[in-house]
Amino acid sequence: MELFSLGIRSIFIDNMIFAYFLGMCSFLAVSKKVSTAVGLGAAVVFVLGVTVPFNWILNEFVLKEGALTWISASMSTIDLSFLRFIMFIAIIAGIVQLVEMVVEKFSPALYGQLGIFLPLIAVNCAILGGCLFMAQRDYTLAESAVYGFGSGFGFMLAIVLLAAIRERLKYSMVPNGLKGLGITMLLTGLMGIAFMSFMGIDL
Amino acid sequence: MSAETIEKSVAVKPAEPLLSKRRRKLITDPLIDDNPVTVQVLGICSSLAVTTQMQPTLVMAISVIFVVALSNFAISLMRNTIPARVRIIVQLAVVATLVTIVSEILKAFAYDMYKELSVFIGLIITNCIVMGRLEAFAMGNKPYDSMLDGFGSALGYSWIILTVAFFRELWGSGAVFGIPVFQYVSSLFGPDFKLATNGLMVTPVGAFIILGLIVWVQRTKTGYVEH
Repeated sequence: MELFSLGIRSIFIDNMIFAYFLGMCSFLAVSKKVSTAVGLGAAVVFVLGVTVPFNWILNEFVLKEGALTWISASMSTIDLSFLRFIMFIAIIAGIVQLVEMVVEKFSPALYGQLGIFLPLIAVNCAILGGCLFMAQRDYTLAESAVYGFGSGFGFMLAIVLLAAIRERLKYSMVPNGLKGLGITMLLTGLMGIAFMSFMGIDL
Repeated sequence: MSAETIEKSVAVKPAEPLLSKRRRKLITDPLIDDNPVTVQVLGICSSLAVTTQMQPTLVMAISVIFVVALSNFAISLMRNTIPARVRIIVQLAVVATLVTIVSEILKAFAYDMYKELSVFIGLIITNCIVMGRLEAFAMGNKPYDSMLDGFGSALGYSWIILTVAFFRELWGSGAVFGIPVFQYVSSLFGPDFKLATNGLMVTPVGAFIILGLIVWVQRTKTGYVEH
């Protein structure tokens, strides 16, 4: 039950886009068509769902203060948490590369759909953000897996919704200076107000 | 004798001044006409979250300037030795090292600020401006020019987030840099007068709307239209 409410919380209340502004670059750049938005969203769900638990293992057994105790008791005072950024980003870049190779080998059709987005994802703030939040909030392994998938779905939901609105927006008269980024930011703000209503839910 | 003069004439070929017109343009262009945030749509990711107040925003801006300028410089030094296939990972490693330095410095000298910015310092790594400038400029230009370019781009980014933070802090908490401006102003008009703050500005929604409006004003002035 705890895990379920964490999942709901990470999709709607702590939404990556509307609450933390993470992954804004690809959110704005790849939201012109619903089909591509679905593709990027699916790739983000997958990569977040894999990297967050993986980085949890790394953090728990290598980086945290006293994490190296399992090797020998004399290492219990070592604190490698300053290496967090560089290790997390290396794991993310490595996993993204691996996922790309596996998908290419076993499912060329899926690769055709996701392929162009995968390299983009290595530098997506949402992925690193998710990993850093996981480390900061001291989740357990199960919690971090749920959190990874949940926040991935939250991102997907947001980008697909925005793409659907922007497809319609093509046919409306927008002032010249507001076209593109301007109107998209205002739209995101309005969608954010709608998502704020989820904050009232007590979980 | 003649060979010597030729050699000399090569040696005294005038060096470009440290801040020539072309180099000044590298710094000034990204401020307005080619602003990384409002025109190139880069780097909106990690930093809007810190713009509820001026002070953390200023720290964030300084950190970004430091990281972008130095990473551009470092990558430009290495640009001829990086294999094209693994360049993203090399770039990420350099940027992550610089960000770790920033984070350790903050942890040592400004622990409160470090706590307040929390994960957002780490997220400078994935700030699109850093990677964007590395790919677009540092991979093909000389170190000093690349450093100036990174400095200019980060400066263009900084003034945008500082402007967003100014309006959000002023209207959201009635203060600028923690100085309660609204209180002073209201006290000038007598005891019954009170300037109201708007809670919406403190939430992410305020940031989106303020940035949207800044983009509108700025693009109307420069005449840039996105299609």
